[in-house]
Amino acid sequence: MKKIFLSLPFIAILLCCGCGQKKPEQLKTSELKIGLVFDVGGRGDKSFNDAAYRGLERGKRELGVDFEYIEPGPGADREAALRQLASRDDIGLIFGIGFIFTDDITNMAKEFPHKNFACIDYTVDFKKVIPPNLVALVFKEEEGSFLVGALAALITKTDIIGFVGGMQSPLIKKFEAAYVAGAKYVNPKCLVHIGYAGVTGEAFKNPGKGKELALGQYAKGADIIYHASGVTGLGVFEAAREKQKLAIGVDSDQYHEAPGYILTSMTKVVDNAVYDMIKAMNEGTFQGGRVITFGLKSKGIDYVYNENNKNLIPDDVHAKIEDLRSKIIAGEIIVPYQ
Amino acid sequence: MLESVFSIAFFVQSLRISLPYALPALGATFSERSGVINIALEGIMLISAFATTVGTYYSNEPFMGILIGALAGMLTALLHGIISVTFKADQIVSGIAINVLAIGLTKFSCQLIFHSSSNSARIVGLEQWKFLPNIPILDNPFIVGTIILFLMLQVVLFKTTFGLRLRAVGEHPEAADTAGVNVKRMRHLGVLISGALAGLGGAWLAIDQHSFTDGMTAGRGFIALAAMIIGKWTPYGAAGACLLFGFAESLSIQLQSTSHAVQFIQMIPYVLTMIVLAGFIGRATPPAADGIPYEKE
Repeated sequence: MKKIFLSLPFIAILLCCGCGQKKPEQLKTSELKIGLVFDVGGRGDKSFNDAAYRGLERGKRELGVDFEYIEPGPGADREAALRQLASRDDIGLIFGIGFIFTDDITNMAKEFPHKNFACIDYTVDFKKVIPPNLVALVFKEEEGSFLVGALAALITKTDIIGFVGGMQSPLIKKFEAAYVAGAKYVNPKCLVHIGYAGVTGEAFKNPGKGKELALGQYAKGADIIYHASGVTGLGVFEAAREKQKLAIGVDSDQYHEAPGYILTSMTKVVDNAVYDMIKAMNEGTFQGGRVITFGLKSKGIDYVYNENNKNLIPDDVHAKIEDLRSKIIAGEIIVPYQ
Repeated sequence: MLESVFSIAFFVQSLRISLPYALPALGATFSERSGVINIALEGIMLISAFATTVGTYYSNEPFMGILIGALAGMLTALLHGIISVTFKADQIVSGIAINVLAIGLTKFSCQLIFHSSSNSARIVGLEQWKFLPNIPILDNPFIVGTIILFLMLQVVLFKTTFGLRLRAVGEHPEAADTAGVNVKRMRHLGVLISGALAGLGGAWLAIDQHSFTDGMTAGRGFIALAAMIIGKWTPYGAAGACLLFGFAESLSIQLQSTSHAVQFIQMIPYVLTMIVLAGFIGRATPPAADGIPYEKE
């Protein structure tokens, strides 16, 4: 008898939950919210994740679409975070930020066919079909990395430059390969030192290691280092400050992390990509099952050249880089990605 | 390649990398010598790194921050001491709980103070504070301080009455108790010392990085425990093991850019650990009463 009394509240809660369930159709698309799960590093990485967050904020400001986000902790279950958001009735579109979501978000899209999903840096596997409610947002980082590699090789005084990657993975290898190719394209005798912070996701959030890797490369004569390593890159900037050398930022314009020491940044308009998807959902034009590619041509990939870093880049160098840009867009230069 | 390995820059880098292993390893030595296993080092370091950042951010004085970091480390260690010495709870469980608490607490506080759960604002470092300027190694007050601490605490542990009592409560608490040593107080002191030292390790991470980053200790507290074991529960042994780790990691950084077998090179520190554990030091015997709460008869 006691047991029944104890279980009554739970039964009541269960019943209430049952009554509260609304079918997705009952909410208008304009009332739906956005759910977003961040990559390793989370909000405040001053790079990739923050760019995604800016997209969310812009969606709220300009379209009035509310959002919720989850920052998975260390070793946390990304799939559980996605499912938590996907199973909510008031959330219509779920973002996964980072290539690490590829498998989880594909499974979730199949499990929740009435919800829309979008994944930044989705690893496209041509042998598999992308679910009809999932959009893969892919950036041609190799095009931007090629340009900053060429820029670094033209600016360097020692003919030695460096690269610091986060986790050893095909995605970051793509940055490295194109950076090296860009450097060699304009300056064949330029030497590139390569360093990686690790082989797990944690390698994107180890600034101590990033600093030591960069100090090692600067000590070996490098005077410009490009990083593609999330929060780890903040350590690279610290090393640049300490040694009065230059560094190249990634994903967002990272000038303000070390003013005067950032030659340029290779930017990905993750914010625009996120915003475009929110807009599409809001207008009811969201169409999944496809890959959307952002490159130099659509300005989805670019490098920073503005008032802050103009004095670091001579005009003739800038002209050369712009020339390379048009050649890549015209297809005259094929940028390697591995 | 050889000249890059045998350069002063390489040696200084090895020292810098071993610093955040050495300080908590020295702390762990004191804690375990008194009979308390302290796997909370990782969490203590993380909390101290955060406290140092906050302290430096508001005072603009790095030494003030370091002091606050060390105090925060002691406070966290006190928690471990109260749970495992006063209330005789399982020391491993208490340690794990503190490590998990530290991850959440620092993230939460970082969000409150710096409005980002993963990064703090930039703080001043020790650039203005050179111990002996223009001399490599000796210009860094943190490295000099750590070397002095090691020399001092080796003497304290093996040549003073305090050290003898500390070791006695870790080896045979009943005998120490009979001889009039307050076992609980000695153990609390051992844990507090370990908290202060691990706190300094965390403070160095934050000061060197000029900011706090979520999870910035990256397992260094656990590696420090391994160093303590390799060092056979002595300060000098721990120092040697930490230098070995620092050397191996620095080597992997140096070799990385000239070779593509990165995964293999990154294995070096761990392979070295296993070789050392298996080959050179024979049996690693912990203090006899290590990890066992003392029940007064």
